[in-house]
Amino acid sequence: MNTSINQDINQNNQQQSLFRSRDPLHLTIGLLFITTILVTIGNLIFAESSAFHVSDYTVSLLGKYLCYALLALAVDLVWGYCGILSLGHGAFFTLGGYAMGMYLMRQIGDRGVYGNPDLPDFMVFLNWTELPWFWAGSNSVIWMVCMVFLGPGLLAFIFGSLAFRSRVSGVYLSIMTQAMTYALMLAFFRNEMGFGGNNGLTDFKEIFGFSLQSPSTKLGLFIATAIALALAYCACHFIVKSKMGRVVTAIRDSESRVRFVGYKPEHYKVWIFVVSAMLAGLAGALYVPQVGIINPGEFSPLNSIEMVIWVAVGGRNSLYGAIIGAIIVSYAKTRFTAIMPEAWLFALGGLFVLVTLLLPKGIAGLLPSIKQKFANTADSVEAKS
Amino acid sequence: MTANKAGSPLTAHENIVPDTRHGVILYVEDVNLSFDGFKALNNLNLYINDGELRCLIGANGAGKTTLMDVITGKIRPDTGKVNFGQQIDLLQLDESEIARAGIGRKFQKPTVFEELSVFENIELSLKGDKGIWTALFHKLSGEQEDRIGEILHTIGLVAECHYPAGRLSHGQKQWLEIGMLLAAEPRVLLVDEPVAGMTGQETERTAELLTSLAGEHSVVVVEHDMAFVRSIARKVSVLHQGSVLAEGTMSEIQANPDVIRVYLGEEQG
Repeated sequence: MNTSINQDINQNNQQQSLFRSRDPLHLTIGLLFITTILVTIGNLIFAESSAFHVSDYTVSLLGKYLCYALLALAVDLVWGYCGILSLGHGAFFTLGGYAMGMYLMRQIGDRGVYGNPDLPDFMVFLNWTELPWFWAGSNSVIWMVCMVFLGPGLLAFIFGSLAFRSRVSGVYLSIMTQAMTYALMLAFFRNEMGFGGNNGLTDFKEIFGFSLQSPSTKLGLFIATAIALALAYCACHFIVKSKMGRVVTAIRDSESRVRFVGYKPEHYKVWIFVVSAMLAGLAGALYVPQVGIINPGEFSPLNSIEMVIWVAVGGRNSLYGAIIGAIIVSYAKTRFTAIMPEAWLFALGGLFVLVTLLLPKGIAGLLPSIKQKFANTADSVEAKS
Repeated sequence: MTANKAGSPLTAHENIVPDTRHGVILYVEDVNLSFDGFKALNNLNLYINDGELRCLIGANGAGKTTLMDVITGKIRPDTGKVNFGQQIDLLQLDESEIARAGIGRKFQKPTVFEELSVFENIELSLKGDKGIWTALFHKLSGEQEDRIGEILHTIGLVAECHYPAGRLSHGQKQWLEIGMLLAAEPRVLLVDEPVAGMTGQETERTAELLTSLAGEHSVVVVEHDMAFVRSIARKVSVLHQGSVLAEGTMSEIQANPDVIRVYLGEEQG
């Protein structure tokens, strides 16, 4: 009896694809790989006069977009799949950025304006005589890598444990995340915090011994970001396709039912929130050497809202959608702010309203519905003949 | 008792086995609960025997659903004792721990995971470790797949097994939720209005299913549909204003003057 039932189940497997878009892991990774190769060739091989030349500026810009894409992936994981609308992911991104920034500051050594071999410039400026305790170890790569993940992860763990255990959810949670990033911004603006105050950390010279000004380092950072994005995509794909992903989706749909089935939703939420925060931290760490500065402005709630819009435009509940959304909106921002900077926020707001009204599933939601249309016409043609 | 409160990793059957040497699986004793002065439960005493099928009836506001909320940990009573077997104090556990201990619940309004397929709904409900790391690296075993197949067959949703649960009809959702209960292999099933919104034929099948479950499981059914209660009940408890008014077989209940006055009387009159 069981075999016949299982056959039925297998037959029905085909119907599954009708209602759920499969996540195109190979396609996404493949496209990312090809883009990276093309950009590398365009940058290294073709001369500046050639039409195929990719300028160093473009390489850096693309590297920045890929950081945003990684960040969007992190936001999508908690919002699209678990229904946690975090308006504070900028905090995790910025913390990761600061961890990298501290390491880069220490690499400046005595090449700073004040030429102090031990202290970063801003500390000399504040008349500090020694490194604060939390800067200890910051000249080690291992310390930096740990902090990139531990800083955001720990904050997410503490925040998540408190919020999810007391069953805070929905709008209240969103407002709390917003308050969290705002509080951090105010704190980091203060000089006494020891993170460079409102100037932040900048004037970096080199990373792992490579000059940050050199085009080849920029290309290297771009490639590193692409690899990080690919790995993060695979990790997210694995999480989403595992039973964990289904539990998390179930939590989004009906948290109390999940509880009565025997799962502890708060554990799952904290876990996925921490993973997401770490991905955001990684994105921040890759972002800082490419833009050359990190300052408390990155904590601004506006940035966090922009991330949510990337995901909304690209399509939440779809990993590749988040990447598409981040890249498209960031590109639009680059173009738009060059033409009329003061109108960008209105455009962003308008975009959000339009997407919510017209494309609730985002750009990624368009593809399956187009496919469906083709399938339907094909069916009707078959039926006629 | 040795319930692992950390929750992960935790396998329910290893840690918590209710002690039913006295034949009773669920003890509800002197439970009081009031909402803003309204006494929802008033010195309520109820004992469910291991393996029995019990129906709870009562007018709206008699405290039936509140009682279920108390047993499953959704609401803490003001005073009283709720035990699972002799030794497990349910008031010390939260909803997920109570569920893992072996008390399953079907809600009045069918609650299934709408975006997940019928198959996945059952899969998530299967008895087993509900911890994070297990979920991350979990692979369905052949045995589990067969078990899901069996359940799908029992609840008649084999053809729909890869539909998103949100697409099912109301009656099918009710059945899916019962299937999710079965997958968890609970010792006690609390079933709140299982036949609401079902056709006559579906109701009949539900009655059959519930009676077949009794024995191996203890089943507590809350229902308004008196014909349905008559068709399945061996023992009925009547709730009135937060306490048990009468207990007995259906014919005893129908003959009970108190019950006639407050409940059946209204229905017949």
